[in-house]
Amino acid sequence: MAVPILKQGAYLIASIQSALTDSEVLELRDDLTERVGRTRARGVIVDVAAMDVIDSFVARSLQSIALTAQLRGAKTVIVGIRPDVAVAMVQFKLNLEPLRTALDLEEGLALLDESVEDGTNDGG
Amino acid sequence: MAADVCISVASDSDMVPARAEGRRLAEHVGFSRTDATLIATAISEIGRNILVHAGTGEIALTALYDNGRSGLEVVAHDDGPGISDVDAALRDGYASRGGLGLGLPGARRLMDEFDVVSRLGEGTTVRMRKWRERDELERLRGPHE
Repeated sequence: MAVPILKQGAYLIASIQSALTDSEVLELRDDLTERVGRTRARGVIVDVAAMDVIDSFVARSLQSIALTAQLRGAKTVIVGIRPDVAVAMVQFKLNLEPLRTALDLEEGLALLDESVEDGTNDGG
Repeated sequence: MAADVCISVASDSDMVPARAEGRRLAEHVGFSRTDATLIATAISEIGRNILVHAGTGEIALTALYDNGRSGLEVVAHDDGPGISDVDAALRDGYASRGGLGLGLPGARRLMDEFDVVSRLGEGTTVRMRKWRERDELERLRGPHE
């Protein structure tokens, strides 16, 4: 598996390490979807800080990750979009909605804490 | 004018060096990090078009120097099926092959000049350029470094 996926409490954190090929992006989506079920994760963070380009394929793949995770009960936050990548995405009119984003891992975890409903905390 | 860099596109792993070479040449020509990312993103979109619609093709990158400005030209060519209606393909929202959509409108937004030559059965050539103003120090140094 090209992308390490860590479990932190009820959340999964996928840290993309370097430029991914298209196949590796799809592999990540399938890995995360499977893991969400296996670990009963309530949230997924995808850290894209190592991606120097986010094009329409990557954007659609991230949306796909979020949608499939949601079908299995988890919310997704994308973190670490680089400033120059953010500028390119805006100019490209790349819309990540309905994906949620946050600046970094810390803010992403805080966002997940807020949005995961009370009463379902598994104590992890 | 011979290209500075020519990348053969045949599988998705070729997109990694294509983006990297685009960024490298863009930075060599003096583009900011942000503009180099715009160029690399446009290359990524066009390269993926080649993979999805033609299977194989090539991308040629050339540094451009023109007195007060410098730039980068990307020419992407494939011998695939061609685009039947280029104008439609350049319109936002156009989708083909199961809704994936062509990256042409997006890539065009990222670049300064953009044209597509394509006919059914005759392949497709996308040419795009981005320019930047050279500053005084660059111009004093001469035509190009």
